[in-house]
Amino acid sequence: MINKQSNLYTIIYIVVLAVVVGAALAFTSLQLADKQRQNADVDKMRQILAAARITPPSDSVMQAFSQFIIRQEVVNSQGENIPGDAFDIDVAAQSKLNDAARQLPVFVCRTAGGETKYILPAYGAGLWGPIWGYIAIDADGSTIYGAYFAHQGETPGLGAEIEKPVFSNQFIGKQIIKGGRFMPVTVVKAGQKPLGDEDYVDGISGGTITSKGVATMLANCLTPYRTFLENLSK
Amino acid sequence: MAEKTDNRQVFLNPLSRNNPVVVQILGICSVLAVTAKLEPAIVMGISVTAVLAFSNVIISLIRNTIPTNIRIIVQLVVVAGLVVIVDQLLKAYAYDVSKQLSVFIGLIITNCILMGRLEAFAMANRPLPAFLDGIGNGLGYAAILIIVGFFRELLGSGTLLGFQVVPQCFYEAGYVNNGLMILPPMALIVVACIIWVQRARNKDLREE
Repeated sequence: MINKQSNLYTIIYIVVLAVVVGAALAFTSLQLADKQRQNADVDKMRQILAAARITPPSDSVMQAFSQFIIRQEVVNSQGENIPGDAFDIDVAAQSKLNDAARQLPVFVCRTAGGETKYILPAYGAGLWGPIWGYIAIDADGSTIYGAYFAHQGETPGLGAEIEKPVFSNQFIGKQIIKGGRFMPVTVVKAGQKPLGDEDYVDGISGGTITSKGVATMLANCLTPYRTFLENLSK
Repeated sequence: MAEKTDNRQVFLNPLSRNNPVVVQILGICSVLAVTAKLEPAIVMGISVTAVLAFSNVIISLIRNTIPTNIRIIVQLVVVAGLVVIVDQLLKAYAYDVSKQLSVFIGLIITNCILMGRLEAFAMANRPLPAFLDGIGNGLGYAAILIIVGFFRELLGSGTLLGFQVVPQCFYEAGYVNNGLMILPPMALIVVACIIWVQRARNKDLREE
Protein backbone atom coordinates (compact mmCIF):
# COMPACT_ATOMS: atom_id res chain seq x y z
CA MET A 1 0.00 0.00 0.00
CA ILE A 2 1.38 3.40 -0.97
CA ASN A 3 1.53 6.04 1.71
CA LYS A 4 -0.76 8.74 0.30
CA GLN A 5 0.39 11.35 2.79
CA SER A 6 4.08 11.08 1.89
CA ASN A 7 5.76 14.07 0.28
CA LEU A 8 6.89 12.04 -2.72
CA TYR A 9 3.35 10.82 -3.47
CA THR A 10 1.98 14.36 -3.12
CA ILE A 11 4.57 15.84 -5.47
CA ILE A 12 4.16 13.13 -8.11
CA TYR A 13 0.38 13.42 -7.83
CA ILE A 14 0.26 17.17 -8.44
CA VAL A 15 2.81 16.99 -11.28
CA VAL A 16 0.82 14.28 -13.06
CA LEU A 17 -2.40 16.20 -12.54
CA ALA A 18 -0.86 19.40 -13.89
CA VAL A 19 0.46 17.61 -16.98
CA VAL A 20 -2.88 15.90 -17.69
CA VAL A 21 -4.92 19.10 -17.27
CA GLY A 22 -2.33 21.09 -19.24
CA ALA A 23 -2.49 18.62 -22.11
CA ALA A 24 -6.29 18.76 -22.13
CA LEU A 25 -6.23 22.56 -22.28
CA ALA A 26 -3.59 22.66 -25.00
CA PHE A 27 -5.62 20.20 -27.07
CA THR A 28 -8.84 22.25 -26.68
CA SER A 29 -7.04 25.45 -27.53
CA LEU A 30 -5.48 23.97 -30.67
CA GLN A 31 -8.78 22.49 -31.81
CA LEU A 32 -10.72 25.73 -31.41
CA ALA A 33 -8.10 28.33 -32.35
CA ASP A 34 -9.22 28.74 -35.98
CA LYS A 35 -12.86 29.11 -35.10
CA GLN A 36 -12.04 31.65 -32.38
CA ARG A 37 -9.82 33.70 -34.67
CA GLN A 38 -12.57 33.77 -37.25
CA ASN A 39 -15.10 34.97 -34.64
CA ALA A 40 -12.74 37.72 -33.55
CA ASP A 41 -12.22 38.77 -37.18
CA VAL A 42 -15.95 38.86 -37.85
CA ASP A 43 -16.42 40.96 -34.73
CA LYS A 44 -13.76 43.40 -35.93
CA MET A 45 -15.43 43.62 -39.35
CA ARG A 46 -18.75 44.34 -37.63
CA GLN A 47 -17.16 47.19 -35.69
CA ILE A 48 -15.50 48.67 -38.77
CA LEU A 49 -18.79 48.58 -40.67
CA ALA A 50 -20.64 50.07 -37.69
CA ALA A 51 -18.45 53.17 -37.95
CA ALA A 52 -19.70 53.64 -41.52
CA ARG A 53 -23.25 53.22 -40.18
CA ILE A 54 -23.64 49.81 -41.82
CA THR A 55 -25.15 47.21 -39.50
CA PRO A 56 -25.55 43.87 -41.27
CA PRO A 57 -27.27 40.93 -39.52
CA SER A 58 -24.76 38.88 -37.58
CA ASP A 59 -24.66 35.99 -40.06
CA SER A 60 -23.72 38.11 -43.08
CA VAL A 61 -21.03 40.37 -41.62
CA MET A 62 -18.23 38.86 -43.73
CA GLN A 63 -20.27 39.20 -46.89
CA ALA A 64 -21.15 42.81 -46.11
CA PHE A 65 -17.53 43.56 -45.29
CA SER A 66 -16.28 42.34 -48.65
CA GLN A 67 -19.12 44.16 -50.36
CA PHE A 68 -18.70 47.59 -48.75
CA ILE A 69 -14.99 47.72 -47.91
CA ILE A 70 -13.53 48.12 -51.37
CA ARG A 71 -9.90 48.67 -50.39
CA GLN A 72 -7.64 48.35 -47.39
CA GLU A 73 -4.43 50.33 -47.32
CA VAL A 74 -1.64 51.08 -44.93
CA VAL A 75 -0.17 54.59 -44.90
CA ASN A 76 2.58 56.28 -42.92
CA SER A 77 2.43 59.68 -41.27
CA GLN A 78 3.61 61.27 -44.55
CA GLY A 79 0.42 60.00 -46.15
CA GLU A 80 2.34 57.59 -48.42
CA ASN A 81 1.14 54.06 -49.03
CA ILE A 82 3.35 51.46 -47.44
CA PRO A 83 3.11 47.67 -47.81
CA GLY A 84 1.17 45.75 -45.18
CA ASP A 85 -2.14 44.16 -44.36
CA ALA A 86 -4.40 46.81 -42.83
CA PHE A 87 -6.69 44.29 -41.16
CA ASP A 88 -3.92 42.54 -39.26
CA ILE A 89 -2.17 45.63 -37.91
CA ASP A 90 -2.19 45.76 -34.12
CA VAL A 91 -3.58 49.24 -33.52
CA ALA A 92 -2.93 48.93 -29.79
CA ALA A 93 0.81 48.48 -30.35
CA GLN A 94 0.96 51.14 -33.08
CA SER A 95 -0.76 53.73 -30.87
CA LYS A 96 2.21 53.63 -28.50
CA LEU A 97 4.82 54.42 -31.17
CA ASN A 98 6.05 57.78 -32.46
CA ASP A 99 3.83 59.25 -35.13
CA ALA A 100 6.59 58.83 -37.72
CA ALA A 101 7.09 55.14 -36.97
CA ARG A 102 3.47 54.09 -37.16
CA GLN A 103 1.77 51.90 -39.71
CA LEU A 104 -1.66 53.42 -40.17
CA PRO A 105 -4.50 51.23 -41.46
CA VAL A 106 -7.18 52.78 -43.66
CA PHE A 107 -10.36 50.93 -44.64
CA VAL A 108 -11.94 52.46 -47.71
CA CYS A 109 -15.67 51.98 -47.74
CA ARG A 110 -18.14 52.50 -50.58
CA THR A 111 -21.56 53.01 -49.03
CA ALA A 112 -24.84 51.86 -50.54
CA GLY A 113 -25.27 55.43 -51.80
CA GLY A 114 -21.97 55.19 -53.72
CA GLU A 115 -20.06 57.61 -51.49
CA THR A 116 -16.51 56.86 -50.40
CA LYS A 117 -15.72 56.90 -46.68
CA TYR A 118 -12.36 56.38 -45.00
CA ILE A 119 -12.53 54.36 -41.79
CA LEU A 120 -9.68 54.87 -39.33
CA PRO A 121 -9.09 52.80 -36.19
CA ALA A 122 -8.25 54.27 -32.77
CA TYR A 123 -7.09 52.75 -29.51
CA GLY A 124 -6.63 54.29 -26.08
CA ALA A 125 -7.19 53.96 -22.37
CA GLY A 126 -10.37 54.50 -20.37
CA LEU A 127 -10.69 54.34 -16.61
CA TRP A 128 -10.42 50.59 -16.03
CA GLY A 129 -9.01 49.26 -19.25
CA PRO A 130 -8.61 49.78 -22.96
CA ILE A 131 -11.12 51.60 -25.13
CA TRP A 132 -11.09 51.58 -28.91
CA GLY A 133 -13.11 52.75 -31.84
CA TYR A 134 -13.41 53.37 -35.54
CA ILE A 135 -14.05 56.74 -37.16
CA ALA A 136 -15.49 57.02 -40.65
CA ILE A 137 -14.51 60.20 -42.50
CA ASP A 138 -16.02 61.64 -45.67
CA ALA A 139 -14.08 61.95 -48.91
CA ASP A 140 -13.35 65.61 -48.01
CA GLY A 141 -10.94 64.29 -45.36
CA SER A 142 -12.58 66.33 -42.63
CA THR A 143 -16.26 65.60 -41.97
CA ILE A 144 -16.96 62.68 -39.65
CA TYR A 145 -19.55 60.37 -41.19
CA GLY A 146 -19.89 57.99 -38.26
CA ALA A 147 -18.12 56.67 -35.19
CA TYR A 148 -18.06 53.46 -33.23
CA PHE A 149 -16.61 53.06 -29.75
CA ALA A 150 -16.15 50.03 -27.57
CA HIS A 151 -14.52 49.27 -24.25
CA GLN A 152 -13.35 46.33 -22.26
CA GLY A 153 -14.61 47.07 -18.78
CA GLU A 154 -15.74 50.65 -18.22
CA THR A 155 -18.30 51.27 -15.45
CA PRO A 156 -21.79 50.19 -16.59
CA GLY A 157 -24.14 53.16 -16.84
CA LEU A 158 -21.25 55.65 -16.71
CA GLY A 159 -18.09 55.19 -18.80
CA ALA A 160 -19.60 52.20 -20.59
CA GLU A 161 -22.08 54.60 -22.23
CA ILE A 162 -19.44 55.47 -24.85
CA GLU A 163 -20.51 52.38 -26.78
CA LYS A 164 -24.08 53.68 -27.05
CA PRO A 165 -25.19 55.42 -30.27
CA VAL A 166 -26.39 58.35 -28.10
CA PHE A 167 -22.72 59.12 -27.53
CA SER A 168 -21.12 58.08 -30.81
CA ASN A 169 -23.80 59.72 -32.99
CA GLN A 170 -22.77 63.11 -31.59
CA PHE A 171 -19.64 62.85 -33.71
CA ILE A 172 -21.56 62.78 -36.98
CA GLY A 173 -20.96 65.93 -39.02
CA LYS A 174 -18.09 67.24 -36.89
CA GLN A 175 -15.06 68.65 -38.71
CA ILE A 176 -11.50 67.63 -37.95
CA ILE A 177 -9.91 70.15 -40.32
CA LYS A 178 -11.15 73.67 -39.67
CA GLY A 179 -9.88 76.70 -41.53
CA GLY A 180 -6.93 74.69 -42.82
CA ARG A 181 -5.91 73.58 -39.33
CA PHE A 182 -6.00 69.99 -38.18
CA MET A 183 -7.91 69.58 -34.91
CA PRO A 184 -9.29 66.21 -33.81
CA VAL A 185 -12.73 66.44 -32.22
CA THR A 186 -12.53 66.75 -28.46
CA VAL A 187 -14.86 65.67 -25.67
CA VAL A 188 -15.87 68.15 -22.96
CA LYS A 189 -18.20 68.17 -19.96
CA ALA A 190 -21.80 68.58 -21.05
CA GLY A 191 -22.59 72.30 -21.31
CA GLN A 192 -18.96 73.42 -21.54
CA LYS A 193 -16.82 74.45 -24.48
CA PRO A 194 -13.19 73.69 -25.28
CA LEU A 195 -10.61 76.51 -25.04
CA GLY A 196 -9.84 76.47 -28.76
CA ASP A 197 -12.38 76.55 -31.56
CA GLU A 198 -12.16 72.83 -32.41
CA ASP A 199 -15.35 70.84 -32.80
CA TYR A 200 -16.46 69.06 -29.64
CA VAL A 201 -19.06 66.65 -28.30
CA ASP A 202 -20.55 66.31 -24.84
CA GLY A 203 -18.90 63.85 -22.50
CA ILE A 204 -20.77 61.49 -20.21
CA SER A 205 -21.83 62.72 -16.76
CA GLY A 206 -20.09 60.55 -14.20
CA GLY A 207 -17.84 59.10 -16.89
CA THR A 208 -15.32 61.93 -16.96
CA ILE A 209 -12.16 59.84 -17.17
CA THR A 210 -13.56 57.61 -19.90
CA SER A 211 -14.76 60.69 -21.81
CA LYS A 212 -11.32 62.28 -21.53
CA GLY A 213 -9.87 58.93 -22.63
CA VAL A 214 -11.91 59.16 -25.83
CA ALA A 215 -10.60 62.69 -26.50
CA THR A 216 -6.99 61.63 -25.84
CA MET A 217 -7.44 58.53 -27.99
CA LEU A 218 -8.76 60.58 -30.91
CA ALA A 219 -5.96 63.13 -30.62
CA ASN A 220 -3.32 60.40 -30.44
CA CYS A 221 -4.69 58.15 -33.16
CA LEU A 222 -6.06 60.67 -35.69
CA THR A 223 -3.14 63.11 -35.65
CA PRO A 224 -0.76 60.76 -37.54
CA TYR A 225 -3.34 60.64 -40.36
CA ARG A 226 -3.06 64.40 -40.74
CA THR A 227 -1.15 64.42 -44.02
CA PHE A 228 -3.25 61.60 -45.42
CA LEU A 229 -6.48 63.45 -44.63
CA GLU A 230 -5.16 66.81 -45.84
CA ASN A 231 -4.20 65.16 -49.14
CA LEU A 232 -7.78 63.91 -49.46
CA SER A 233 -9.16 67.40 -49.01
CA LYS A 234 -7.05 68.82 -51.83
CA MET B 1 -34.49 0.84 -3.57
CA ALA B 2 -33.26 2.86 -0.65
CA GLU B 3 -30.41 4.14 -2.79
CA LYS B 4 -32.78 5.28 -5.53
CA THR B 5 -34.74 7.61 -3.24
CA ASP B 6 -31.42 8.81 -1.95
CA ASN B 7 -30.33 9.77 -5.46
CA ARG B 8 -33.63 11.49 -6.04
CA GLN B 9 -33.16 13.58 -2.93
CA VAL B 10 -29.61 14.40 -3.96
CA PHE B 11 -30.92 15.69 -7.28
CA LEU B 12 -34.11 17.42 -6.13
CA ASN B 13 -33.09 19.00 -2.85
CA PRO B 14 -30.86 21.71 -4.32
CA LEU B 15 -33.60 22.74 -6.73
CA SER B 16 -35.72 24.19 -3.98
CA ARG B 17 -35.42 23.20 -0.32
CA ASN B 18 -31.65 23.45 -0.28
CA ASN B 19 -31.14 25.83 -3.18
CA PRO B 20 -27.53 27.03 -3.31
CA VAL B 21 -28.46 30.64 -4.04
CA VAL B 22 -31.60 31.45 -2.08
CA VAL B 23 -31.14 29.07 0.87
CA GLN B 24 -27.38 28.74 1.21
CA ILE B 25 -26.78 32.25 -0.22
CA LEU B 26 -23.80 31.12 -2.32
CA GLY B 27 -22.73 32.46 -5.70
CA ILE B 28 -24.54 35.78 -5.22
CA CYS B 29 -21.80 37.80 -6.95
CA SER B 30 -22.39 36.25 -10.36
CA VAL B 31 -26.16 36.59 -9.92
CA LEU B 32 -25.64 40.35 -9.71
CA ALA B 33 -23.32 40.48 -12.65
CA VAL B 34 -24.89 38.43 -15.42
CA THR B 35 -28.65 38.80 -14.96
CA ALA B 36 -29.31 42.18 -16.59
CA LYS B 37 -30.33 40.18 -19.67
CA LEU B 38 -31.90 36.75 -19.91
CA GLU B 39 -29.57 35.21 -22.49
CA PRO B 40 -26.27 35.55 -20.58
CA ALA B 41 -28.12 34.35 -17.47
CA ILE B 42 -29.15 31.14 -19.27
CA VAL B 43 -25.66 30.57 -20.72
CA MET B 44 -24.08 31.22 -17.33
CA GLY B 45 -26.51 28.76 -15.72
CA ILE B 46 -25.67 26.06 -18.28
CA SER B 47 -21.93 26.73 -17.93
CA VAL B 48 -21.99 26.46 -14.15
CA THR B 49 -24.12 23.29 -14.34
CA ALA B 50 -21.69 21.68 -16.80
CA VAL B 51 -18.57 22.66 -14.86
CA LEU B 52 -20.12 21.60 -11.55
CA ALA B 53 -21.37 18.22 -12.81
CA PHE B 54 -18.09 17.27 -14.49
CA SER B 55 -15.83 18.52 -11.72
CA ASN B 56 -17.99 16.66 -9.19
CA VAL B 57 -17.62 13.43 -11.22
CA ILE B 58 -13.87 13.86 -11.73
CA ILE B 59 -13.20 14.65 -8.08
CA SER B 60 -15.45 11.78 -7.01
CA LEU B 61 -13.56 9.37 -9.29
CA ILE B 62 -10.16 10.33 -7.92
CA ARG B 63 -11.32 11.07 -4.36
CA ASN B 64 -9.53 8.05 -2.89
CA THR B 65 -6.19 8.96 -4.46
CA ILE B 66 -6.07 12.65 -3.52
CA PRO B 67 -3.49 13.44 -0.81
CA THR B 68 -5.44 15.19 1.95
CA ASN B 69 -3.06 18.09 2.41
CA ILE B 70 -3.37 19.28 -1.21
CA ARG B 71 -7.01 18.40 -1.84
CA ILE B 72 -8.15 22.02 -2.27
CA ILE B 73 -5.38 22.58 -4.83
CA VAL B 74 -6.41 19.46 -6.72
CA GLN B 75 -10.03 20.62 -6.72
CA LEU B 76 -9.00 24.06 -7.97
CA VAL B 77 -6.88 22.62 -10.79
CA VAL B 78 -9.76 20.44 -11.99
CA VAL B 79 -12.29 23.29 -11.81
CA ALA B 80 -9.93 25.77 -13.45
CA GLY B 81 -9.22 23.35 -16.28
CA LEU B 82 -12.92 22.78 -16.94
CA VAL B 83 -13.72 26.49 -16.75
CA VAL B 84 -11.04 27.35 -19.31
CA ILE B 85 -12.42 24.67 -21.62
CA VAL B 86 -15.96 26.09 -21.27
CA ASP B 87 -14.60 29.60 -21.91
CA GLN B 88 -12.80 28.40 -25.06
CA LEU B 89 -15.93 26.60 -26.30
CA LEU B 90 -18.04 29.72 -25.81
CA LYS B 91 -15.46 31.85 -27.63
CA ALA B 92 -15.63 29.43 -30.54
CA TYR B 93 -19.36 28.75 -30.71
CA ALA B 94 -21.15 31.62 -28.91
CA TYR B 95 -18.85 34.60 -29.39
CA ASP B 96 -21.38 37.35 -28.64
CA VAL B 97 -22.50 35.75 -25.40
CA SER B 98 -18.92 35.10 -24.38
CA LYS B 99 -18.19 38.79 -24.91
CA GLN B 100 -21.10 39.75 -22.66
CA LEU B 101 -20.09 37.29 -19.96
CA SER B 102 -16.42 38.28 -20.36
CA VAL B 103 -14.64 37.69 -17.07
CA PHE B 104 -17.56 36.02 -15.33
CA ILE B 105 -16.97 32.66 -17.00
CA GLY B 106 -13.41 32.75 -15.68
CA LEU B 107 -14.76 33.68 -12.28
CA ILE B 108 -16.78 30.45 -12.11
CA ILE B 109 -13.54 29.11 -10.63
CA THR B 110 -14.13 31.19 -7.53
CA ASN B 111 -17.86 30.51 -7.38
CA CYS B 112 -18.45 29.31 -3.83
CA ILE B 113 -21.05 26.76 -4.96
CA LEU B 114 -18.36 24.77 -6.79
CA MET B 115 -15.83 24.53 -4.01
CA GLY B 116 -18.67 23.93 -1.55
CA ARG B 117 -20.09 20.97 -3.46
CA LEU B 118 -16.68 19.47 -4.24
CA GLU B 119 -15.52 19.63 -0.66
CA ALA B 120 -18.84 18.71 0.96
CA PHE B 121 -20.19 16.12 -1.45
CA ALA B 122 -17.87 14.85 -4.19
CA MET B 123 -15.02 14.08 -1.80
CA ALA B 124 -17.26 11.66 0.11
CA ASN B 125 -19.56 10.13 -2.52
CA ARG B 126 -19.46 7.85 -5.56
CA PRO B 127 -19.53 9.32 -9.09
CA LEU B 128 -23.24 8.85 -9.89
CA PRO B 129 -24.61 10.65 -6.83
CA ALA B 130 -21.88 13.26 -7.29
CA PHE B 131 -23.00 13.81 -10.89
CA LEU B 132 -26.64 14.18 -9.82
CA ASP B 133 -25.62 16.52 -7.03
CA GLY B 134 -23.70 18.65 -9.53
CA ILE B 135 -26.61 18.77 -12.00
CA GLY B 136 -29.08 19.50 -9.20
CA ASN B 137 -27.06 22.34 -7.70
CA GLY B 138 -26.22 23.73 -11.14
CA LEU B 139 -29.88 23.76 -12.13
CA GLY B 140 -30.86 25.25 -8.79
CA TYR B 141 -28.41 28.05 -9.47
CA ALA B 142 -29.52 28.40 -13.09
CA ALA B 143 -33.20 28.56 -12.06
CA ILE B 144 -32.57 31.56 -9.81
CA LEU B 145 -30.44 33.23 -12.48
CA ILE B 146 -33.18 32.76 -15.05
CA ILE B 147 -35.94 34.07 -12.76
CA VAL B 148 -33.86 37.15 -11.89
CA GLY B 149 -32.79 37.63 -15.52
CA PHE B 150 -36.41 37.33 -16.68
CA PHE B 151 -37.67 40.11 -14.41
CA ARG B 152 -34.68 42.36 -14.93
CA GLU B 153 -34.78 42.18 -18.71
CA LEU B 154 -38.59 42.43 -18.90
CA LEU B 155 -38.90 45.41 -16.59
CA GLY B 156 -35.56 47.05 -17.36
CA SER B 157 -35.44 46.78 -21.15
CA GLY B 158 -38.96 45.68 -22.12
CA THR B 159 -37.48 42.73 -24.02
CA LEU B 160 -36.96 39.00 -23.47
CA LEU B 161 -33.98 37.28 -25.11
CA GLY B 162 -33.62 40.45 -27.15
CA PHE B 163 -37.18 40.38 -28.55
CA GLN B 164 -39.44 43.32 -27.79
CA VAL B 165 -42.32 42.08 -25.62
CA VAL B 166 -43.66 45.29 -24.15
CA PRO B 167 -45.81 46.57 -27.04
CA GLN B 168 -45.08 49.96 -28.59
CA CYS B 169 -48.51 51.30 -27.59
CA PHE B 170 -47.50 50.98 -23.92
CA TYR B 171 -44.62 53.37 -24.52
CA GLU B 172 -46.87 55.74 -26.41
CA ALA B 173 -49.24 55.71 -23.44
CA GLY B 174 -46.37 56.89 -21.22
CA TYR B 175 -44.83 53.61 -19.98
CA VAL B 176 -41.08 53.82 -19.39
CA ASN B 177 -38.57 51.04 -18.85
CA ASN B 178 -37.30 50.97 -15.29
CA GLY B 179 -33.63 51.86 -15.65
CA LEU B 180 -32.97 50.81 -12.07
CA MET B 181 -33.65 47.17 -12.99
CA ILE B 182 -30.52 47.17 -15.15
CA LEU B 183 -28.30 48.22 -12.24
CA PRO B 184 -26.81 45.60 -9.87
CA PRO B 185 -28.78 46.55 -6.72
CA MET B 186 -32.03 45.35 -8.29
CA ALA B 187 -30.56 41.86 -8.68
CA LEU B 188 -30.18 41.69 -4.91
CA ILE B 189 -33.70 42.98 -4.38
CA VAL B 190 -35.16 40.44 -6.83
CA VAL B 191 -33.17 37.64 -5.14
CA ALA B 192 -34.49 38.87 -1.79
CA CYS B 193 -38.06 38.71 -3.14
CA ILE B 194 -37.48 35.10 -4.25
CA ILE B 195 -36.15 34.26 -0.80
CA TRP B 196 -39.20 35.90 0.73
CA VAL B 197 -41.63 33.93 -1.45
CA GLN B 198 -39.79 30.68 -0.80
CA ARG B 199 -39.71 31.11 2.97
CA ALA B 200 -43.36 32.11 3.04
CA ARG B 201 -44.16 28.76 1.40
CA ASN B 202 -41.65 26.58 3.33
CA LYS B 203 -42.25 27.22 7.00
CA ASP B 204 -39.32 25.04 8.13
CA LEU B 205 -36.80 27.27 6.29
CA ARG B 206 -37.61 30.24 8.51
CA GLU B 207 -35.12 31.28 11.11
CA GLU B 208 -36.30 32.12 14.62
